[in-house]
This record gives sequence, structure tokens and C-alpha cells, in this order.
Amino acid sequence: MDTVFLIAAALKIGVFIGITMSFVSVCVIFERRFSAIIQDRVGPNRTMVPLSILGFKKDLALPIGGLTQPVADGLKFILKEDFTPSYVRKFFFWIAPALVVVPALLTMAVIPFGSPLELDGHYIPMAVADLNVGPLFIFAIASLSVYGITLAGWASNSKYPFFGGVRSCAQMISYEIALGLSIIPVLMMFGTLNLGHIVEYQTHHGWLLLPLWGEGLELQRWILLIPMAIAFVIFTTSIFAETNRMPFDLPECETELVGGYHTEYSSMKFALFFMGEYAAMVVGSALIVTLFFGGWSLGFGIDQMLPMGEWWVSLLHIAVFLAKVTFFILFFILVRWTVPRFRYDQLMNLGWIVFFEAALINVFLAALVIARPSIGTGGFLGGLALLFVVTILLIKIAKSAADKPSHSTI
Amino acid sequence: MATIKVERPKLSAGEKIYFGAIFKGMLITLRHAYRSLLGKSTGASDLNSSGIGITMQYPEQKWDHQLPEYYRGTPALVTDEQDRERCVSCQLCEFICPPKAIKITPGEIPSDNEWAKVEKRPKEFNIDMIRCIYCGMCEEVCPEQAIYLRPDYVVTGNSRKDMVHDKNRLYEIGGKRVGLVNKWNDLK
Repeated sequence: MDTVFLIAAALKIGVFIGITMSFVSVCVIFERRFSAIIQDRVGPNRTMVPLSILGFKKDLALPIGGLTQPVADGLKFILKEDFTPSYVRKFFFWIAPALVVVPALLTMAVIPFGSPLELDGHYIPMAVADLNVGPLFIFAIASLSVYGITLAGWASNSKYPFFGGVRSCAQMISYEIALGLSIIPVLMMFGTLNLGHIVEYQTHHGWLLLPLWGEGLELQRWILLIPMAIAFVIFTTSIFAETNRMPFDLPECETELVGGYHTEYSSMKFALFFMGEYAAMVVGSALIVTLFFGGWSLGFGIDQMLPMGEWWVSLLHIAVFLAKVTFFILFFILVRWTVPRFRYDQLMNLGWIVFFEAALINVFLAALVIARPSIGTGGFLGGLALLFVVTILLIKIAKSAADKPSHSTI
Repeated sequence: MATIKVERPKLSAGEKIYFGAIFKGMLITLRHAYRSLLGKSTGASDLNSSGIGITMQYPEQKWDHQLPEYYRGTPALVTDEQDRERCVSCQLCEFICPPKAIKITPGEIPSDNEWAKVEKRPKEFNIDMIRCIYCGMCEEVCPEQAIYLRPDYVVTGNSRKDMVHDKNRLYEIGGKRVGLVNKWNDLK
């Protein structure tokens, strides 16, 4: 352990947690303003700097369109009464919000925010932990957050939160599988689990879903685009389910469950649930960007012209990465106000019958395409035919399973 | 009554895949966002929008000219065309006021005054706007047509005291009213 490494790690932890938290507040303001303009409204646009608290005559109104709204929201949450009902299980009730936030923030550790920085001959990767098992680490930690939600539902000792908790549990389990299976084709193509290397590969050979330069121009990559696009759709949808975002926000589900698992929560504990949800959303978009859209890379071969390792290049790459993440956050919000909430049995069907099978078949499809150069055209077509027959069979089986009456009551 | 059996519509393969519909829906929401940013949302001009969506932003934009003739805003006292206080402090409004918002201290008009024959005018006239329910009974009951509900509705203050309208404030809101009963002057 040399000092450069230690100092860099400490700095990176501070900066990246700061970036994540500020993105959480960016999410809040985007959510409110963007949903407002979608609904032909204005949204919160006149939050002032509250100088009157400090004894000044007037509040300072800045022409920034209510960008200070998250600060006001945060202040409100901190100053509100933190009410703990008498009938809750105190210990779990208190620990649950933390169990939602901590995993969401922990997963940020492996995301590469920018290109490596050169310092004294060391290359410092712009991720807090440059793990060789990046996506696995994220899946392992992110699925822990379901404990927080389930515990919150159970500890509230009240029926609607309990329903929310149980729903969350079932939902997470059914989408975790599709989530894990869907990126196997991606990992097969890259041949590595290190997110930093994955981004580096995409910098040189074209983003996964936009192979327009380097090796990306070969026919092989364009055929691979089919399984990759399927993987992208399944992965993105599963991320929606994993972060409890709108088409799959059954644990919250205001119309049916009052407030879902956080019905009994107030003040900062409630805010922590929200922070956890938004942090998970930020990490989810960061992961999508990293795997499918080239992470921090500018693309189109521009990165090769830049002097790698310079500090301004790293900064530029961080900015590019954050811009991409912002785009996906906006996409998340757009989907929220477009797609209505799924019914519970539809959600289960989609997870277990559609996505699970689709992801499984997709793995074999990607394997076939990757093996195409070595097995020749005949083998490739034969494999395709076999896969097609298996797919038809699977669809038949899935249909007969879906037609049976469902006994789900929650 | 005949029973009508409603069949679920048969979906085509494209509809079953569902993505086309989601994509169309996203285009619709995006179009809404785009048009409301440009201030071109449906009905934006009819609703006098502020430029984003169809919303009118309140303190800067008001729709006061749309208030109906009979709008009941803050109650206020009025003077007649010779600037005489119409109120003769009969206290009828004070007694009829359902939330007891009005408080009048009657005073006499000195005998050397031009209007000595009216005999009384309010020494103090307070309306507590926290209590006022804008029912308009004071206006209805006033025999002198001295109190009116004006179309003003922005009554704000930082303390309870600020919210009590005294006589000066009431005359300031009410102003002068002409062409009503002229019981006390020689105009008729």
C-alpha cells in the first residue's frame, strides 16, 4: 500500500459519493420539472435562497429555475417531526432505511467514472474499487437492498407496508434472475468482468450498441447486435424492476397500498428510502451506460486522439459519463410517465415466463454468433435452426403455464 | 335485457410484443414535454399560460378581469361623493357578522361639523380578516350602503395584528362610491 494509492482512494470515495448524492438531488429536481412539463405544468421553479432565515430582509431569488428545490426538500425532511408509531418493531424499523441506502451507495464503488489518471507513473483508475468482478459485485450488493424494504414492511406492523414488503421480495427475486442472465451475452463478448476493461474495449472497438469504429465495423459485431439489443432490453427492464421504478413500483403503489412499505415512515427515515431509490436509479443508469454505451468514452475514435492520463482528459471523460447517466435518468422518468403500472400477476408472468426464457435463449444465441467464425456457416445455421425449435417449444410450454388460473392474492 | 358478451379483442403479434405501443406512448409524452417547453400546449393561449405548459403563474400573472361582477372579496368602507364617511356606526354589521370579525367603536360628530345632522360616525372600525368569512352579510344589512365587498382578495400579513384592517385601511380599499342613496346631503 503506497501513500499515493491511499490518498487517491480516499479522494475518490469522497468525490464519487459526493457525485452520487448530488445526482440524487438532480434526480429529484429532474423528476419534478420533467414530469411537470410532460403534464403541461411548470413544476417547482421559484425556490429562493432563504436569506431571511439569517436575518436579511428578503429572500434571494436566483434566476436558476428552482434548482435549489432539492435543498429545500432536504431541509424540510430534516426539520420535520420524526414520528415512530408505538406499535412498530423499533430496532428493525430504525435499521431498515439504512439498509436501503447503504447498498445503493456501495454499488457505486465499482463504476468507472472516467479514464485512468496518470500520476507519477501510476495509473489511477477512476473507480473507487477497480474490481475484476464488477457486475457480480453490483448484483450481489444491490439485491441486499430488498432486505431494507422487506424489513421496513414487516417492522411497521401494519398491513399495507407488509404487502409492500412481500411484493418487493417476490419482485426482486423474479427479476434478479433475468438481470443476471441478460448480461451473460455481454460478458461473453467482452471476455472480462472488469468494468474498467469493458469500457476500454468499447473505446477502441465501438460501443456495444453503437459499433461504428474500430473492430465495430466488422460484420461479426453487427450480427452480434441482435443478441446485444435483446440483452439491453431485458437488462434495462430488469433494472426498472430492481430499482422499484414506475412500471414495476408495486412495493409502493400509492393507489393500492397507501404508501407501500414506507407508509409508517416520516421525516428523514422516509427521505432515506427515497434517497436509496434514487441512488439505485443512478447506479442502474451508470451500469447501463457502462455496459452498453461505452461508459466514459466519447466515441467515434475521438478518445484515441486525446492524450490519455492527462487530468483534463479524465475530467472530460467524467463529464461525458455524467451526461450519459443524466440522459438515462431522463429516460427513466420518461418511462415513468408513459407506461402504466403492471398488475401483480402480469409482473410475475413477465419476469418468470417471458424475460427468464428470453434471457436464457439469448445466451445461446449470443454463443452461436460468437462461435460463428470457428464453426462455419453450416454449423451456425444448424445451430440457429435447433435454437429456433427449442424457442418454439419453450413458448408453447410457457403459454400453457400462463393459461392456468393464477392463485396469487397479494 | 339481453346479455351482451364482451370478447377480449384479438391482439396481433405486433401488439403482443408491446414495445411498439410503449414507443408510441413515449413519443406522445415527449411531444407534450416539447410543446409545453415552447408554450404551445393545447389550450395554452386560451388559458393565458406563462410560457411553460398551460399554467398561469400567480403573483406575476393574475386573471382579475375574469372575476365576476358579484365577486365577494375583502369588505371595505366607502365614502360618498362629498368625502363623507357613509358609516353612521349603527353597528348592524357588527351584530350580524357570523364570525364576529367586525368591531366598531361609535363616536359622535361634533355639533359644529358640516355633517352634524348625521350625529354619529365610527371612531374605530376594525375588521379582523383572519375571522372574516366573506359572506357579505355586512353589505346586505347596511342601511347606509357604507360597507361593500370589494374584488380585492390578496390579504396578507406577517402577524395577527397585520391582518386586522382598521378604519384607514378600510377606506383606502373602499374609496369613493357615487350615485347611491343620498339621504344626508342636498344632492337629491
